Amino acid sequence: MAITSAYRTRSDALPLRSFKTKGRPSAIASVGAYAPDRIITNFDLEKMMDTSDKWITERTGIHRRHIAEPGTTTLELATKAARSALDAAGITAKDLDMILVGTSSPDGPFPSIAARIQDELDAPGAVAWDMLAACTSFMYGLATADSFIATERADTVLVIGAEVLSRMLDYTNRGTAVIFGDGAGAAVVRTAPKGSGFLSWCLGSDGRGYAQVTCGNIEKGAYAAKDPNPHIEMVGPDVFKFAVDIFIRQANEVCEKAGVALEDIDLWVPHQANFRIIDAAARRIGLPLERVAINIDEYGNTSSASIPLALEEAMRKGRVKTGDHVLLAGFGSGLTWGACLLKWV
Amino acid sequence: MAAQLDFKELQDLAAEILGIEPEQVQLEKSFAKDLAADSLDLVELIAAVEDKYDVELPEAELEQMKVIGDLWTFLEQKNAERLEA
Repeated sequence: MAITSAYRTRSDALPLRSFKTKGRPSAIASVGAYAPDRIITNFDLEKMMDTSDKWITERTGIHRRHIAEPGTTTLELATKAARSALDAAGITAKDLDMILVGTSSPDGPFPSIAARIQDELDAPGAVAWDMLAACTSFMYGLATADSFIATERADTVLVIGAEVLSRMLDYTNRGTAVIFGDGAGAAVVRTAPKGSGFLSWCLGSDGRGYAQVTCGNIEKGAYAAKDPNPHIEMVGPDVFKFAVDIFIRQANEVCEKAGVALEDIDLWVPHQANFRIIDAAARRIGLPLERVAINIDEYGNTSSASIPLALEEAMRKGRVKTGDHVLLAGFGSGLTWGACLLKWV
Repeated sequence: MAAQLDFKELQDLAAEILGIEPEQVQLEKSFAKDLAADSLDLVELIAAVEDKYDVELPEAELEQMKVIGDLWTFLEQKNAERLEA
């Protein structure tokens, strides 16, 4: 019988899968991001449900979140982020060998958002598909891109994380409705000089924790249960513990595999799930917050979009320089996790 | 776990997580009222305690703990059980 009420397995009991990269090196060549204009503040939420700015700020670090107008597609957000990443890399869609979209909020079961973006961008021929690893989707996408480039099956890959989570929120549930937001981020991954780009990876899942973060009927899934209005549910305290733990262990794993000391991490870009999770993990990793990219105050948790949204902002603010060691790390429903260490190109 | 637990170690651990001075962590101090710990502080503290002392602290048990002394008693009991085993 699966554990449904409480996920008691501590992550230190889990074997972690981590790797030093092999084969042809690849790197993030550019990042693009997009969030809807409409903003919902904590004060707006106070008027909608039993909550307060103080409660939300203290427990999550979130002040505002960008929420798409009703009817907005995930495709629209994803396409805007994708165009911006292509422009920043100075390439066109014709250069793409592969388009990967990580999302937990597709506009429908199929066709994939990747296929729709491919049409929008006019890049016929590239391999295009969506992948779902919840908030870890973008990390799994980057890892897939790196693998295809390493084995010379692709030269240029567009990885996107895009979410319209607002349509999965129950605005009577103050535990989840205040946390999530909408947004999209994209990265162009290309071949890189030897010794640069992705240095190491740590990726994994633990399906025993499947009931910790869910959307729709937990046992059967929203489709099979004909759940007409699936909402995000979360076992907050358990996820908090798991998240802090897996952040710390992933940081150690990727640094060890790459032969880089923890104190030599120049910037950590964590999945923006909760400021308190990031703060607790940073303290125990030994990283001062000056070396952590945090923008959850502005966007909330945007799931697969949160890492590229935070990375793009850090790059725009000049916080990422050539030669820097950059740690990207995420975790999410599944339970899933993924991290990589990059030497920035 | 050492034969005898050192309260100073728990003081340091709790102080670091709750962002207070170790001397403020005393047996009679209430997590919520005296140390201003909210639910997430407690979750973080428990995770750190479980790590450090290699124990598992069930949710139900945690709900009964109001003051630092409750946590300390729990840890001493676990330690005693281990020494007997």
